[in-house]
Amino acid sequence: MEYVLIIISAIFVNNVVLAQFLGVCPFLGVSNKVSTSMGMGAAVVFVMTIASLVVYLLQYYVLVPLGIEYMQTIVFILVIAALVQMVEIVLKKVSPSLYQALGIFLPLITTNCAVLGVAILLVQKQYDLLQSVTYAFSTAIGFALALVIFAGLRERLELEDVPRSLRGTPIALITAGILAMAFMGFSGLV
Amino acid sequence: MNKLKIILSGIVKNNPTFVLMLGMCPTLATTTSAVNGAGMGAATMAVLILSNIVISLIKGIIPSKVRIPAYIVVIAAFVTIVELLMKAYLPELSKSLGVFIPLIVVNCIILGRAEGFAAKNGVLDSALDGIGTGLGFTFALTLTGAVREMLGSGAIFGHKFISGDGMLIFVLAPGAFLVLGYLMVAFNKLTAKIK
Repeated sequence: MEYVLIIISAIFVNNVVLAQFLGVCPFLGVSNKVSTSMGMGAAVVFVMTIASLVVYLLQYYVLVPLGIEYMQTIVFILVIAALVQMVEIVLKKVSPSLYQALGIFLPLITTNCAVLGVAILLVQKQYDLLQSVTYAFSTAIGFALALVIFAGLRERLELEDVPRSLRGTPIALITAGILAMAFMGFSGLV
Repeated sequence: MNKLKIILSGIVKNNPTFVLMLGMCPTLATTTSAVNGAGMGAATMAVLILSNIVISLIKGIIPSKVRIPAYIVVIAAFVTIVELLMKAYLPELSKSLGVFIPLIVVNCIILGRAEGFAAKNGVLDSALDGIGTGLGFTFALTLTGAVREMLGSGAIFGHKFISGDGMLIFVLAPGAFLVLGYLMVAFNKLTAKIK
């Protein structure tokens, strides 16, 4: 039951983009087409789940025993950057087809603040290992869901006659605002 | 004159939020009130100035292959310093900004200015660029925060000017997207007119 709550809360109620504002840059940047947004979503699910596992082990088996929790930010960002590189190399060798699908999105993920944000949050929330991975995985699913829905909306928006000063990012932000309002409907769920 | 231009460019022509659209996450998340917006802007500006100075000082010794990780370490070190200082001296602000203080590390503005400006220019110019871009960011965040606070809770910088509640939606998540969207429209219109 506890895990069901974590999953529902992370996907719908506290959606990472629309309620917590993590990962807004890729949300606005790669949401022009549904197909690319799916690729990005999949890449984030992949990296975020692995990152949460690595970060958890690092926090509780290295940083805490050594008493250097204040190094958290530096260590986490370096580990995530290295991890993304490693995932890229491994994927290229092991599964070229998956690499083809996710390849171009992987380097972009290092600067996706959702990955570092989730890493810091799961330490703050004091989740255990399984909870951390569940939380990271469902947060990433929430990100992918919001991204794909948003890309679908923007594909439609492309065909509309938008006033000149609203074109581009402003109308995207306003659309995201309305989408966030829709997601607020889930707020009584948990 | 040239020095002034560097500062001004960061505030108006290359405003990080309204024109370059960098660092969207903290802009949306921390602007629930004018004070929070200003606090986040100031914290980012401090990191930006310090990292710009250090990076322009060490740009000659870093091999270009590992420059990005090196920049990230410099930035992360300053972020940690700012984070600890805020926890010690401004505990309330640090609590309301929460996870977004450590997340200054991945704010694209900072790495963007490091790579785009500090790696090519002298120490003084880099510091000025940090001040300009930082002021532009702080200005955008404070403005967004002020508008959201005014509409959402009928107050400005914590001083209430109407009794009762405002439109709560503007303090919540959707309001952030809506207010920033319309502010961008206004900024586009204004700069188009000036040109």
